[in-house]
Amino acid sequence: MADRQYELVYILPPETTEQQATELHDQVAAVVARMNGQIEKTENWGRRKLAYEIGHFKEGVYVLEVINGSGDLMKEIDRRFKVIDQVIRHMIVRVDEEKRVVERTRTKRQTESERRRVKRGLPPQRQPGEGRSAMGDDDTDDDRYDGVEV
Amino acid sequence: MAFGQGRSGGRGRGDKKDKDKQQGQRRPMFRRRKVCKFCADKIDDINYKDAKLLSAFVPERGKILPRRISGTCAMHQRKLQTAIKRARQIALIPYVTD
Repeated sequence: MADRQYELVYILPPETTEQQATELHDQVAAVVARMNGQIEKTENWGRRKLAYEIGHFKEGVYVLEVINGSGDLMKEIDRRFKVIDQVIRHMIVRVDEEKRVVERTRTKRQTESERRRVKRGLPPQRQPGEGRSAMGDDDTDDDRYDGVEV
Repeated sequence: MAFGQGRSGGRGRGDKKDKDKQQGQRRPMFRRRKVCKFCADKIDDINYKDAKLLSAFVPERGKILPRRISGTCAMHQRKLQTAIKRARQIALIPYVTD
C-alpha cells in the first residue's frame, strides 16, 4: 500500500522551551520510525495567539509535522497525543489526496492555457509585457498564495 | 456611497443611478456582480493553515460568510468550509466571538 501523507499540528503551552519542543518532536520521530513512516518536514510556527482560550491558555507554540506513513501509525500518534498532557491541542489531517487534486487542476489549467495560446498562434508561455497587467500576473499571484500557505 | 459623489465613484456608477431614477423603482440599488475569489485569483488550494485568507470569509461574529454574500462558487465554498472548520479546531480562527 502506498504511503499516505498526513499533517500533524499540535499546540504546546507558550512557556515551552525549545528543548521541550525538540524532545516531543523526538518522541514523534521515534514512533514514526518504529512504524515505518518518515517525517517529511517539520515546521515550528513559534508562539502565536490562540483565536480562543483553550483551558487557561491564550497563546501557544504551534508545531507542524508532515508525515508519510500508514493510518495505523497516525492512529498510534493520535492515541499518544491524547495521553500527553503537555500538548494543549492537536490535529491530524490527511493531505495526499487533496494535494494530488490541486496538482492536477494546476497542470490542467497550465496545459489548457498553452493549448489555447498555440491555437491562437502564440507561443505557449506568456511573454513579458504582454496583455493587461491585471490579468498577466496570475502566475505570480499563485506564487504569492503558496508563500502564505506554507 | 453618497449620491452626490457619483461622478468620482468610477465605472458608470453615476449613470446607473440616473437611469434608475428614470425607470422608477424597479431596481433601487446597483449591485456589483459577485465573482468567486478563488476562481478569479486561481487559488487551487484552500488551506486551513492560511488564516489570513480564511479570515476574509469569517466576519466578526465568527460565522462562515454565506455564498450569497461572498459570491464564492459552490465548489470553493465547500472547500472553504472544511478549511475554516479545520482552522477552528487548532484555534487559528474563532468559533464564536461576542
